[in-house]
Amino acid sequence: MRRPITLYGLTFSLPLLVWQILFFVFPLLFLVALSFWTVKNFAMRPDFDTVNWTTMYGRAVFWQAYGTTFVLATAASFLTSVLAFPAAYAIAFKLSDTARRWAVFLMVIPFFTSYLVRVYSWQIFLSDSGIINVTLGWVGLGPLPLLNTVGATMIGYLTLSFPLVVLLQLFSLVFIDRTLIEAAHNMRCGRLRTVFAVIIPSARTGLVIAALFCFILSFGDFVSPIYLGGGEPTTLSILITDTTKSGQQWPRAAVIALTMIATLLAVAFVAVKFAYKGKSK
Amino acid sequence: MSEFEKAATGLTRRSLLASGAAVLATPMLSRRAFAQATELTMLAWYGHAEPDIVAEFEAENNVKFVPKYYTGGDNMLGLISQSPPGTFDVILSDAEYVLALNEAGYVEELDPNDYDLTDYFPEFQNFPGNWSDGKLFSLVTRFGFLGVAYNTDALTEAEAANYNVFWDPKLTGKVGHFDWHLPNLGQMSLLNGNANPYDIDEAAWQAVKDKTMTLRPQIGGFFDYGGTFSSLNDGQMLAFCGIGDWITGVLEKNGAKVRSIIPEQGGLQWSECFSIGKGSQKADLAKKWIQYITSAKGQAKSAQMAAYPALIPNQKGWEVLQAENPDEAKRQGMTKDAGNAIEMIRAGRIKFRQWPVQQSLEDWNDFWSEYKGA
Repeated sequence: MRRPITLYGLTFSLPLLVWQILFFVFPLLFLVALSFWTVKNFAMRPDFDTVNWTTMYGRAVFWQAYGTTFVLATAASFLTSVLAFPAAYAIAFKLSDTARRWAVFLMVIPFFTSYLVRVYSWQIFLSDSGIINVTLGWVGLGPLPLLNTVGATMIGYLTLSFPLVVLLQLFSLVFIDRTLIEAAHNMRCGRLRTVFAVIIPSARTGLVIAALFCFILSFGDFVSPIYLGGGEPTTLSILITDTTKSGQQWPRAAVIALTMIATLLAVAFVAVKFAYKGKSK
Repeated sequence: MSEFEKAATGLTRRSLLASGAAVLATPMLSRRAFAQATELTMLAWYGHAEPDIVAEFEAENNVKFVPKYYTGGDNMLGLISQSPPGTFDVILSDAEYVLALNEAGYVEELDPNDYDLTDYFPEFQNFPGNWSDGKLFSLVTRFGFLGVAYNTDALTEAEAANYNVFWDPKLTGKVGHFDWHLPNLGQMSLLNGNANPYDIDEAAWQAVKDKTMTLRPQIGGFFDYGGTFSSLNDGQMLAFCGIGDWITGVLEKNGAKVRSIIPEQGGLQWSECFSIGKGSQKADLAKKWIQYITSAKGQAKSAQMAAYPALIPNQKGWEVLQAENPDEAKRQGMTKDAGNAIEMIRAGRIKFRQWPVQQSLEDWNDFWSEYKGA
């Protein structure tokens, strides 16, 4: 039975609604409108012309950048999830309560510093004359091309999302019913099999949501592809900046941005559906 | 109040009123003594409203600059178009964008008699874009050349003195691009022998595109302002296309082994011009600033700007710089020696960076995106 709307309920839900309308729905609608505007002599004019959509969708470089960005973000989500899981698992099941609190604190610390600064500091490690290559040089190896590569971009994505993914995975793992694990052990299920047959399925929702957050962050990131990847391959975020450098073409940049938003919504929808698949209400 | 009470507090009605009036008047007195500085808004590239440039003018005129820094001419135009008239008192613009500023009516007309244009080298007295229909709208204040930027440990000056060095096998993966199509493709056009690198027909444009594409395997990255600095500074990139002394000069002064050279095929010139924003309420003060920064003293300061050095168009400014900082004057080629900056212009070795004439800006940008994605 539907509950009646009360003043008490409205008091708590209205600010969120107003906030969403002001800072999400309204800008989004403006972005949609902007994508139909035209540009003449560097000045944007309100219009209703589909030229920006046909131009952007007709360019091979757009689809190339789209494919690249999608693949990179997917790879980052997979890689981060795989690397974060052992850390989250250890924190959830192997550490004492005190050590767990410290571990959570350590995972939060990276957020205290600017992501841009953290990415720049990676350059000190990855450049040809950086810490890693100098160390390799001592044993007669290298220098290896580490900076301005896809691998470096991936390191940047990990820097951005690894702590968050560990935390999200952790919250999901600590709420697993321990009796299920004990039951598995009692039934002679090995440690590794317990992880794959009991723990991962039980924590599926959290694991998928964590991967989804990684995908969202990586898909729209500009800093890592430009400062660690050297701007190549071109991602959608880089293409947005390129487009705005072409005579104030913000309407075309809006087309790219809307495509990105639509993609993220679709991915989020699929991921959430998968995460909650088979869950009882 | 009894006499006893008066004596105890030491207060009379008269003294209370007097001290009250004094307390109330104090802010007014201190305001007179320390008159609040007038704020002057400046829209410019980073560095132009920093203390090394504006401190003296601010102190002399009781002015406080409020800068709004932009990165790139499109960004500048966007900021102006989204702000009400009068938001910016002083506007610094790259020369390519000056015409757009005029056409959009974003700047006030200047009176040429207000400025000592005769101190300028003749080439800069009627600078393209500054004038429109015989009216002055902006004044060129500094400029620089774009050529081959290179690591002095990796390349000799002779090797770097040719754009073909970018194709050198020893630089594979070590050539960087400043991520803006205009200077890079302009240099490729110069390499292809186009006397007017931005005014080329379709066949020449196709040839520029073809030539540029052959450079793609050599490229190690496409960098913005910060990335260009760091990749040259740490030796990650050994040669750079599309930049000049405005970046390597800063690094060189800080000990990095990098330098820029104008190759034998010629170089490009960037230029920055000051204007007064349309509707400025402080146009007189803005005019005073432009008078200052285009004077010999202001020009010498501008040449040595901490953010990025530049050449200056004022002949007397050259003399002040030579007296103040002969090493910097020599480093930038602002001396009386043969082959100095102005002689390079007169010899026809330098071409203006400008928007493409026979193609649209979009065509150039689209190709640049295609090149990056190749």
